[in-house]
Amino acid sequence: MELLRKLTLLADAAKYDASCASSGGAKRSSANGTGMGSSGGMGICHSYAPDGRCISLLKLLLTNWCIYDCLYCVNRESSNVPRARFAIDEVVNLTLDFYRRNVIEGLFLSSGIVQSPDHTMEQVIEVARRLREVHDFRGYIHLKTIPDASEALVLRAGRYADRLSINVELPTVQGLEALAPEKNSAAIRRSMARIRTQCDDTRAARRAVPAARSLPATAPRPAKPPPFAPAGQSTQMIVGADGSDDRSILQASAQLYGDYHLRRVYYSAFSPIPDASSRLPPVAAPLLREHRLYQADWLLRFYGFTQDEIVTDSGMLSLAVDPKLAWALAHGERFPVDLNRAPKEMLLRVPGLGVKSVDRLLAARRLRRLRLADLQRLAVPTAKVLPFVVLVDHRPAAGAAQRLGQAQVLAATPRQQDMFA
Amino acid sequence: MAALPDMHGERATTPAAQGFSHGEPLTVELASPTDWAGFVHAARWLVQQGRPPEAVAWRCAGESLGGHVASADLFDTGAATSAATLPTAPALNLPTDWVATARRAALNADADRHALLYRLAWRIHQQRDVAFDPLDADGRRMGHLARAVQREAHKMKAFVRFRPVVDGAGEAGTERHIAWFEPTHHVQEWVAPFFAQRFANMRWAILTPRVSVLWDRQALQFGPGARREQAPAADAGEALWLAYYASIFNPARVKVAAMRKEMPVRYWANLPEAQLITPLLAEAAQRTQGMLDGAVQAGPRTRRRGQPAAGRPLKPSPSGR
Repeated sequence: MELLRKLTLLADAAKYDASCASSGGAKRSSANGTGMGSSGGMGICHSYAPDGRCISLLKLLLTNWCIYDCLYCVNRESSNVPRARFAIDEVVNLTLDFYRRNVIEGLFLSSGIVQSPDHTMEQVIEVARRLREVHDFRGYIHLKTIPDASEALVLRAGRYADRLSINVELPTVQGLEALAPEKNSAAIRRSMARIRTQCDDTRAARRAVPAARSLPATAPRPAKPPPFAPAGQSTQMIVGADGSDDRSILQASAQLYGDYHLRRVYYSAFSPIPDASSRLPPVAAPLLREHRLYQADWLLRFYGFTQDEIVTDSGMLSLAVDPKLAWALAHGERFPVDLNRAPKEMLLRVPGLGVKSVDRLLAARRLRRLRLADLQRLAVPTAKVLPFVVLVDHRPAAGAAQRLGQAQVLAATPRQQDMFA
Repeated sequence: MAALPDMHGERATTPAAQGFSHGEPLTVELASPTDWAGFVHAARWLVQQGRPPEAVAWRCAGESLGGHVASADLFDTGAATSAATLPTAPALNLPTDWVATARRAALNADADRHALLYRLAWRIHQQRDVAFDPLDADGRRMGHLARAVQREAHKMKAFVRFRPVVDGAGEAGTERHIAWFEPTHHVQEWVAPFFAQRFANMRWAILTPRVSVLWDRQALQFGPGARREQAPAADAGEALWLAYYASIFNPARVKVAAMRKEMPVRYWANLPEAQLITPLLAEAAQRTQGMLDGAVQAGPRTRRRGQPAAGRPLKPSPSGR
């Protein structure tokens, strides 16, 4: 099969993985090497598709043949999609060619399961090994770990990859059993735990290596152990394929962040796929719900909110207003907040104020009392902020917050209809 | 990010500008749009002379002001004093962080940037607190200019598109990679070391209207500006990238505003994949509807779990390659 057609099929099959991050890898450059590539620090998005997603990595499946039959997956065994399989060097050469054109930061390689999990994992690792060892490629590599692969292979994968990931796929064990019968949530979590342990151990061992001594005739410095997945691990949960509510999704991610130190939990709105199973909802992707989950995820990680505070009694996040505004509207007794006196924790809870804006306000109020004009100079949505704050020359009118809430709900209604039409 | 290329030139010590009185407007000309050293040199002398910001105008040799609103035009009578000819004055005591941001902002193509930076330097010299007030109007403006530069540098790293060119008989090792890029701000010299680190073992060139950046595997060189026609056209291999771009797009999740926000239309002319955006969007609704209809028509599958689907092998056959 010609390369162009394989690329078309196997990129198409890989696009349901949301992660495209290329940040947080080890700092490297090609200046002292024979190959090419650099990484470290900020990731770079080299292009954007009309779905608004960043294209940072060449995201491919090694093959879309698969012996598993996960209902939500376009590559499940019972699907009638056309199949293809790359030769290892085809992926290697595509990665190098795309990298030279400066259209990618590196490779994100995953695969359908062929023959056995170990066999599949070996093939995936071989691509990374050739890139690193034969071509001295120093760009970013993200490998999808096959959950049932042996521990030794997972450890090898981490030697070549900047990031490893295993998708938990569904927030609950029951959901996974129903929709992905061959996948085993215990095995997924066991692999995550292994990767976490290895990341922690390697990091500690690398830190423990003493600093270079410059005195002559002293023992040379012991070599640092090679890095292991320096950009950590991430996972993905599909939203809307099973009946899980937002509460169970956020609970699952809190547990994943806590137990396995994941860098990111990605939420992927279940979107229609070619030749879909009739047991899944044939509806448009719930993009707004996915967006609200990311907002909630941020509030939990960076704004000091707890999960109980932002999920409503029905177990869902509000679709009409963002979770922070929803919390503020439901807690009128905590507002308005005096921007000149309130502690940082409370400033972070004001709708429309982000972490950076809060830091700027704190720095500015050390110098003088804040006025309306100061807030207007910050790049914040003032119409959203003002009903909730007090400044030297501003105090919100009674009921301003409730009126803002109602206006947002009204404005949101047609937008939601659009998104689900 | 590496520091800016060293742009310190010989400084004339002849006080060419003596003889101007304080009230008389003075136009200072910098050697180039990226002449930070010249700006610092001039600002030191101007502050020492007690010359207020209102009495100084700035311009850069080699920078067209087309499209920019330049209040500098007020004084722009043609006569200007070259920054290099001003006498040397003692350094100003400005906070390091402030200088770092100012240096970044100085790469913005905004015609008033040097006036703003001099005004801020003047104010900080008089009252140091100004530098630490994150909500000061001039400071915010400078931060805004600096962020635009930072963003443009990041977009240059992202959107430069190299095309391979094989010289002569196509012998091994003669391949070069050439790109054409049109940045809004003057970030080329600042970003160049990034490409040198990344593609240290490639011979490449980034052509832009103001300056050409060349890497010969040894050192960076900066040459005169170029024209779009000097860059190569698409090669056969680019079709693979276009195919990838089209395949990775999910027609069931169209979000055009999000795409435009991160990849503004002004970059599209130099991004080969941008030509696909319109056709991909045109087909998207139909493709999605096709998937939704297909799911309903397919009906329930009766195959038992663990059994291979009819007519398809469990293991990929060699012909699947």
